[in-house]
Order: sequence, then C-alpha cells, then structure tokens
Amino acid sequence: MTEIFFILFAVVALGGAVGVVISRTPIASLLFMVATLASVAGIYVLFEAHFLAAIQVLVYAGAIMVLFLFVIMLLNLGHDYRADLRFGLWSLLGFVVVGLTFGVLAQGFLDVGDTGFREDGAAVAAALDAAVQEQGVAGVIAEPLFTDYVVAFELMGLLLLVAIVAAVVLAKPRSRSGES
Amino acid sequence: MILDYSSSFHYVLALLPEVVLSCWGMLVLIMGVARRREPGHGQELGWMSLAGLGLAAVANGWLYWGVSEAGAAAMIAVDRFRLFANWVFILGAALSIVISLSYVTRQKLQAGEYYSLILFATIGMMFMGAARDLMIIFLGLELMSIGVYALVGFNRRDRRSAEAGLKYFLLGAFATGFLLFGIALVYGGAGSTNIHSIAGAIQSGNAANVLMVPGVALLAIGFGFKVALVPFHMWTPDVYDGAPTPVTAFMAAAVKTAAFVAFLRVFVVGLAGVYDQWWTVLWSLAAITMVAGNVVAVAQSSVKRMLAYSSIAHGGYLAVAVIAANDTATAALLFYLLVYTVMNIGAFAIVITVSDQSESNHRIEDYAGFGWRRPALGVFMTVFLLSLAGFPGTAGFIAKYQLLLGAAEAQLWVLAVVLVLTTVVSYWYYLRVAWFMWMREGDETSEAVAAAADPPLATHVVLVLCVGLILLGGIFPGAVLDLAIGSAEGLRGVMAGATATLAP
Repeated sequence: MTEIFFILFAVVALGGAVGVVISRTPIASLLFMVATLASVAGIYVLFEAHFLAAIQVLVYAGAIMVLFLFVIMLLNLGHDYRADLRFGLWSLLGFVVVGLTFGVLAQGFLDVGDTGFREDGAAVAAALDAAVQEQGVAGVIAEPLFTDYVVAFELMGLLLLVAIVAAVVLAKPRSRSGES
Repeated sequence: MILDYSSSFHYVLALLPEVVLSCWGMLVLIMGVARRREPGHGQELGWMSLAGLGLAAVANGWLYWGVSEAGAAAMIAVDRFRLFANWVFILGAALSIVISLSYVTRQKLQAGEYYSLILFATIGMMFMGAARDLMIIFLGLELMSIGVYALVGFNRRDRRSAEAGLKYFLLGAFATGFLLFGIALVYGGAGSTNIHSIAGAIQSGNAANVLMVPGVALLAIGFGFKVALVPFHMWTPDVYDGAPTPVTAFMAAAVKTAAFVAFLRVFVVGLAGVYDQWWTVLWSLAAITMVAGNVVAVAQSSVKRMLAYSSIAHGGYLAVAVIAANDTATAALLFYLLVYTVMNIGAFAIVITVSDQSESNHRIEDYAGFGWRRPALGVFMTVFLLSLAGFPGTAGFIAKYQLLLGAAEAQLWVLAVVLVLTTVVSYWYYLRVAWFMWMREGDETSEAVAAAADPPLATHVVLVLCVGLILLGGIFPGAVLDLAIGSAEGLRGVMAGATATLAP
C-alpha cells in the first residue's frame, strides 16, 4: 500500500517539476509547482514526518506559492510566451560533459564493488522511532536545531538578512539627489 | 587556551572573527541608513568597514596563535588551515574596499549597502573556510553568493552591470541546485553531512556507492562552477566584464579563494577515501581549464576581460593542488591564494585608475604609452603582470613553483607539464599589456587616459603595499611560506586525529 502511494506521489512530483519548466504561462507553472510541493509533503507523510509535511503544506504549498501568485498577478506577467528552450550544440556539449563526469565516476565506484544502500538503515530508523516516542515529532526537529545545529540556524538568519538587503538594493527606485 | 566546548562561551570564541564581522556589518548597514544622503559622503563607511576587517583580523590572529582545539570533528574547524584562509579573505575584502572608495563616490553607489554587502559576503567566505559540515559550507556559500549577486548588479544605471548580475544570479542559483543535490545524495550515501563522519563512513565501507557516485559528481559540478573550471566557466567572462571593477577584483580574488578552500576540504578531507574515483574527473577538468583559459585569454582585446580569462586559468592551476591532495600542495594552495589575491587586486586597482573610476577605457590600446606618462603606476602594473605570469623574482613564481612541487610529490607529471606549458602561453597576453604600456607610442585617446589617471592616496598605499608583498614574497618567501606550510599541516593533523576516532 505504501509503495503504491509512494509511486503515485513521486510521479506527481516529477511530472509537476517537468510541467513547471515546459508550461507556457507563469500561472500554469506555478500550479504545477504547487502540485510538486504537495506531493513532496505526501512523501513526508509516508516517512512519518508529519510535522515536516504540515510545514511543507502550510509554508511552501500555501504561503509562498500564494505570494508568487500575487507577484505574478500584480506585475501582470500572466501572458503566453513562446517556448524558449533551444537545443543547440552547446546543450549537446553540456550533456556530453555531464554524462562523461558521471560515467568516469560510476566506473571508478562500481569497480570497488557496490555495497548497495546503507546496511545500518534499520538501526537508524529504530533510533529515530525511539526519539519520536520520547520527544514528539516537533521535538525531534527542534532539539538538534537549537543545540547541534545552532550555528547553521544563526547563519540562516544572517543569510536572510543579506537576501533582504540585496533585494532592496536591486529593487529600490533611485532617489532624486542622484544617489541611487 | 584550549577550546574544549565545556562552556557555551567557547562556541562564540571559536567563531570570534565571524561574530565580530557580523556585528560590524550590521553596524555599517545602520550607519549607512542613518547618514546624510549627500553625494560625496560615504567614504567614511568604507573606512569604518576597514576598521571592522582589522578587528576581525586581530581576532583571527588570536585564534591562530593563542588557541588550540580539543574537539577535532566538530562542525566548525578551529584549525590553522581555516585561519590562514580567513586572513586571505580579510585581506582581499580590505584591498577591494580601499580600491572601491573613490569608485563608489564617483559612481554614486549606495555606500552603506555596498560596504556591508562586502562584509557579509566575507563572513560567508569565512564560514566556508571554517565548515566541517556540508550544511555550513552550503549556507556560507549562499551567504557569499547572494551578497556578490547584488554587488555584481549594484550599478543599476549601467546596463551591463544589471545584465551581469542577472546572468550570475540565474546560473549561480542553478549551480547551487547541483551542489545542494550533491550534498543531499552524499548525505544519503554516507549518513551524515559532517565531513569527518563522511570520511569515516567511506573508510569503514558503510557508504552506499549508488548514492555516492551522483553525489560526488554533483558536488564536483557545483564547486567547479564556483571556481570556474572550464566546462562550467561560461558565466565568468561576462560577469567579470560587466560587474563594477572593484567587485570584479573582489570576486576574482576572495570568492575564488573561498570556493577553493571549501573545495579542498570537502574533496581532500571528506572524500579522501574515494580519491581513486574522483581524481580522474578533476584531472581532466583542471587540464582543460588551464589550456582553454590561457588560449582564450590570448585573443582578448579588453584588459578587464583578459583578466577574467586569466582568473579562469589560475583556477586551473589551483585545481592541480586539490588533485595533488598532499601537504605540500595544500600549503602551495594557501600561499598561491594569498599571492593571487594581492597581485590580482593590484592589477585591478590599476585598471580602475586607467578607467578613471568608471567603466571606460578597458581596451588594451588605451594603455599605449601609459608607462612613460605615469612611470610609477606603469612599473606597478608591470610587476603585477609579471607576477601573474609567474616570472622569477616575483611571488607568483614561488607560488607556481610550490604548486609544481606538490604536483611532483603526487606524481602528476602530465598536469605539471600542462601547467608549465600553459604558463608559457600566458606570458604572451600578460606581457602584451606591458609591451603596450612601454613600447607603444600613445595616441591622443591614450594620452588623455594617462593624463586623467590619478588614483587617490589610499589606492597608492594599496599599490605600494601589493608591490612590496609581491617582491618580498618573490625574493624572501621564507616567512610567509613557512606560515602557509604550518597552516596546511593543521588540516592534515586534524585529518589523522579524526580518522583515528572514526575508524572501526
């Protein structure tokens, strides 16, 4: 049963991602993106990460996508565009380079002898289950976030500050005194 | 003192330069908002930023000489490799700010945001150098990149600056996606984002190769983009050409340094166990980069664009140090990055002077007769060019020599030969600028250019400092080289310690 749902969500997520790229109007792209994000939330549920799934739906599929929609509507971008994907010589070269990179690496790794997926996966899952039992779904995320990963958390705050400053600098209209 | 993280204050101490600079960056930002909005003001913010960088450098020195670390596999490294790299970032940022002072006023850029973005980008670099966790590397990289995206497009009156900003942003975001996906797959394969845990998982055979193959490939692509290795370098010439020149200097020096430091730590420390699998990929990337970067640079007619291709070529040389993956090469990388920062920003300072604090006069013909009209500046530029080319007697030569020693130790003979041959090619385009400056009669335009070229005192100080460092490093490299070698050993020592604790 889980496998069926997983395949369903995975197909919708991947199909939505392709749809984002190939659809002609920004609104359609956006709706495809909502489908992708919602399916990813579904996959989180299958992993029993209910808190992440709820956050995914609320923040990404909900709030951020609605903001996107507002911006597209306000800037009046919802028109048809001609498809802008061209496959020229350069993209062929790109595929060759990427293919070779993977090929060379794969050859090297597979020579060593493949171990397949991690063998200690079951132990990790059991430890996680125990932690969820003890601390609750949110606690399992919150505790490392504010202890082990507090540096990353603070760095994230700095990153958002810089992103805001950068956006304001690039978007602010020039003032009259000549100082832009 | 010893940092053993027994009290939580130790975490602040371990990140002291970053904390100092973060607070200072926000202070500069607030001062920028509060100050009078009149043209001509804003230089004081630049001086203030320099003071902050000075404080961070002092804090860094205290960490370098006064502190040793007990937890060797923690998320933030307090090793000398990181601290040496921090000095290079701080020096690069400081030199870029000094050569920006007049440019920002002249181009009427928003000084508060400009200088604080440089400081924040520097913090991102410092985190990239400090990170022993892929998550921190990613966040540091983003902090740096977002700051630099905005700086590239900072001059919105200039269409080319805006175009460069957009181009860099779109391609950079794409490359970030590769890097992030690579990190996710390596996490899936090795079960951790900590570089030492990854190394341990690989060594004990716990890593799933099915996931490691694409993970390592995507990491290589992501880093390859940031350091502009050749198939992933398409953005470099346009972005370096279109960005405001002080920002180009900052990118070519500091951003490249940060990307290489993180690149080296991830691949040489974290992925050391699968060296036999990744070195062929990087080997070919480095070889192509050296050849293509140097050959295309020969064809450039704009000095700024020539320096952009030259920075790609230098990325190829530096990649050799990553592939060599030994102490000698790591020390060579650190020394090379320091020297490269100094000589590259020096050369860009002259380019800014010749273009009269704007974005004109980048053609090589504009340099005709410049040397005789402005002898001091001409001599400085010649020293920078000779050092970039790796001429004996300059620090650039010693740096290349050290790289070759590292490559020889790893027995990368073909790469060493390619490095030497492409260096010979590079003499052509570097010396062509010198030839124009000294051997060609100037026409009316270039005479006007030379007459107008009058850098402010601060730029003069930077130029004298850069030339002094290059000659000092070229003739008496001992002290700096020893510092670099000592710093590289730090990385190795931590590696040995971590492998001992993580080995089964």
